[in-house]
Amino acid sequence: MTWLGVFSQLLEIVAALLLAPLLSGWINQWRAWLQNRSAPGLLQPYRMLHKLFNKESVIAEHASPLFRGAPYIIFGCMALASAIIPTLSTDLPLSPAADAIALVGLFALARVFVSLAAMDVGTSFGTLGARREMLIGFLAEPALLMVLFSVTTIVETLANRDLGIHPSLALAGVAFTMVSLAENARVPVDNPATHLELTMIHEALILEYSGRHLALLEWAASLKLFAYSCIGLALFFPWGVAEAEAPLALLLAMPALILKLAIGGALLALLETLSAKMRIFRVPEYLATAFLLAVIGMLVHILLAA
Amino acid sequence: MTNGWLPAAAQWVHIDWVLLVAAAWMLIGVAGVLALRRLTLVARVLFPLGGAFGLVLTGIALSAALSSPEVAVLPIGLPGLPFHFRLDSLSAFFLIVIGSVSAGVSAFAAGYFRKGEGTPPGLLAFEYHLFLASMALVVVADDAYAFMVMWETMALSSFFLVTANHRIVEIQRAGYLYLLIAHIGAIGILLCFGVLQANTGDYTFANMRAQQLSPFWASLAFLLALFGFGAKAGILPLHVWLPEAHPAAPSPVSALMSGVMLKTAIYGVLRVFFDLLDTPLWWWGLLLLVVGLATALFGVVFAAVQVDMKRLLAYSSIENIGLLFAAIGLAVLFSAYGMQPMAALALTAVLYHVAGHAFFKSLLFVGTGAVLHATSERNLGKLGGLIRTMPWVAWAMLVGVLASAGLPPLGGFVSEWLLLQSFLFSPALPSAFLNMLIPVVAALIALIAALASYTMVKFFGIIFLGQPREEKLALARDASGWERIGMAWLVGGCVLLGLFPVQFIALIDPVTRSLIGAGMADGVAAGGWLLVPVAIERASYGPAIFLLGVAASFALAFVLVRTLYHGRLRRAAPWDCGYPWQNARMQDTAEGFGQPIRQIFEPFFRMERELPTPFDVEPRYRVSVGDHFWHWLYLPLARAVERLAGVIGLMQQGRIAVYLLYSFATLITVLVVVKQ
Repeated sequence: MTWLGVFSQLLEIVAALLLAPLLSGWINQWRAWLQNRSAPGLLQPYRMLHKLFNKESVIAEHASPLFRGAPYIIFGCMALASAIIPTLSTDLPLSPAADAIALVGLFALARVFVSLAAMDVGTSFGTLGARREMLIGFLAEPALLMVLFSVTTIVETLANRDLGIHPSLALAGVAFTMVSLAENARVPVDNPATHLELTMIHEALILEYSGRHLALLEWAASLKLFAYSCIGLALFFPWGVAEAEAPLALLLAMPALILKLAIGGALLALLETLSAKMRIFRVPEYLATAFLLAVIGMLVHILLAA
Repeated sequence: MTNGWLPAAAQWVHIDWVLLVAAAWMLIGVAGVLALRRLTLVARVLFPLGGAFGLVLTGIALSAALSSPEVAVLPIGLPGLPFHFRLDSLSAFFLIVIGSVSAGVSAFAAGYFRKGEGTPPGLLAFEYHLFLASMALVVVADDAYAFMVMWETMALSSFFLVTANHRIVEIQRAGYLYLLIAHIGAIGILLCFGVLQANTGDYTFANMRAQQLSPFWASLAFLLALFGFGAKAGILPLHVWLPEAHPAAPSPVSALMSGVMLKTAIYGVLRVFFDLLDTPLWWWGLLLLVVGLATALFGVVFAAVQVDMKRLLAYSSIENIGLLFAAIGLAVLFSAYGMQPMAALALTAVLYHVAGHAFFKSLLFVGTGAVLHATSERNLGKLGGLIRTMPWVAWAMLVGVLASAGLPPLGGFVSEWLLLQSFLFSPALPSAFLNMLIPVVAALIALIAALASYTMVKFFGIIFLGQPREEKLALARDASGWERIGMAWLVGGCVLLGLFPVQFIALIDPVTRSLIGAGMADGVAAGGWLLVPVAIERASYGPAIFLLGVAASFALAFVLVRTLYHGRLRRAAPWDCGYPWQNARMQDTAEGFGQPIRQIFEPFFRMERELPTPFDVEPRYRVSVGDHFWHWLYLPLARAVERLAGVIGLMQQGRIAVYLLYSFATLITVLVVVKQ
């Protein structure tokens, strides 16, 4: 562990915490532009968070301590997740604490807590949301693990070859995109802008929260989107990330990251505008497709070494 | 080494002390019989004493784990056929699990048993401690005779424990089914030992180790062992007794059966496959993998749709046993191809999961016992909101639930992580077909783990969260003092297993070294506090750092939010999109929570739906989920047996003359045969 490592670790956490709401704001702006609406300001998510933190928190009479503690736990999980992913540098003191499987476990921990918290008050929407969230979770998790496995084995054996399009990597990339859309409650699976009660998942889970608890959950949600984007970038577009013993590369890594995220965010908004939300029982088919694509990617790699 | 019966106490070695603890447990049992109906004495003295001996056993086994094997011979039983005992690292590992888990369960049992629940408390104490002693002796037995005697004692004592409340018809039936399958399994084990001794007539394990069996006989022994131990463990299609026996038994007994007794079957499997049989064949591994995964998937899918909390846990045990068998299959596969380090990794995952599952499943079962006593309800549809009236139980169960769902940083996650590592970082196997299979199998394991967390959210959420679904739940009382001690002990086990994997693997290392000649400890120790299976560049996991990371961000977020902003909080009626008439009946039910699973995994179930029509005055909706195996396999089998019994019954005429005729015919036949 070097001082530089500690510094890049801290820089990465701070960058994640600050850039995550900005990414959500950026995506919302693009969505508005693509849908011919006038867009809210780029800093709108920060204003939102500030407003929510200042508000009084109103919770149900019979809410248990689990309900009050959950937002902090979820926020902690997401902060740790974004600290582990190599976004700016690969020399991170915290990253040996968790590999890809542990990262998936961390997201699962957050998911279980948000579902339990939603069930705590005992409203019909909360329990419905919890059930749907866990449904998507158990479908998405194996697909995500499959993607991570196949990409790690592919990259390991392809590392010495020249860059180019590898069919196995492309399949894994498509699968990863599909899974991240589902995991982050984006359009074909859930609509982040909806308050139409029967179709919502993420909103149903946090329906009973207000004030600072809601602020933490919203921030955690944008951190999750940020973390997934960074995983995608680290897996498929790992250019510009600083290696160990290269202090100057850190300077370059930040603009590279922001550029990549800006492009990715705009593409996400485009994808969301072009597709429609699907029925909840189409989601298993959708995620099974993602899973199959990841498996096919792996098999293509093993059989054809492509 | 001991040289004779009863050496001076100073020369006693670990194995003698283990036998002494088993004897002490039996003595406690006898004391229970003497104090048959004195509940206070039994509960406050005998059960805690049994728990203390569990701790003693753990201590002995811990110090024995790292020393060389010891043997002892007890001249009891038949003349010229003494009991052989042997304590090696594998036995010591299972003794640690038995001792430490039973300590927690006994402490809980001290506060659990009440008057008027069937069997008198003293008799329960007898059966309970006999059960413990027989489990401890099963794992140190060193000949087929001692093993079978202890195995049968274990089956019988647990049968009487299951039927503690023997006046209820369902419990009688559950006990009968359990006894039946246990004995069918025992026949398999007995035949397996018969094959293993290879016509030498010497039934000690030492002799079986020395035999070189031909592939045919070795495979036969393998299949018999798989059948026999599989019946005890509950692999498909021999699982049917588990969901019946576990709800029937008193909760501490279910905890021991699920947490510990199923593990003795795993012990038997490991003993036969890796110790008594020499080099395994590759297709054994494949068969184990397939059977294990099928069992695990079946178990978890059924667990997700259950509405009875103890049945749910029983199916979840089937799932975990399936995962264990799949991991054993992987270890066999690797070891058949001579990849010892990878086999060691898979075997480490098996043993870690044995310990992890023992702790969290016992915790969950004793927790359901506390809920059952407080509410007298096992049906999830009549529970809810207990976190407010039973906070001790609820928070302890939360730990068990998270461990069971395989979430970091608890014990369940470590074994799952090790298992996935052994799948993923497997170097290429010599067979292309297996190479393709392995990633798919890994994905299936990920699916099973994710389904387990679905099930556990349902289990915890419906029992402890939300609003109480019945009026009487408001009066539920939290667990008593002894019950809290027992649960706290088991919670501690789950947490420590999660946080200190490196230290715990040091205990597993001698086991894998003695069974397959390779271990993980050196590689793991190189990582310091990090758990490193292969090489640090490839994968590592540091649960302590992990927990510290989450805790630090939790604390930091909390402090910052509270100092930078005001901490005002107001309690009001639930918002629920502004709907004011929300009541407890509008929450999701257990059936509702299982609905997506019923829809997605429809072919797994035999479903009977009763749907209301729009014109019904009192609309009723009912759905029941049955098991295909029961209808396709067990019922036809039962009918065939009944028909056969009817045919044989024709011989029973009930007249003495006919029976004399039979005796005469037998005599003549025997004489003719002997004459030739």
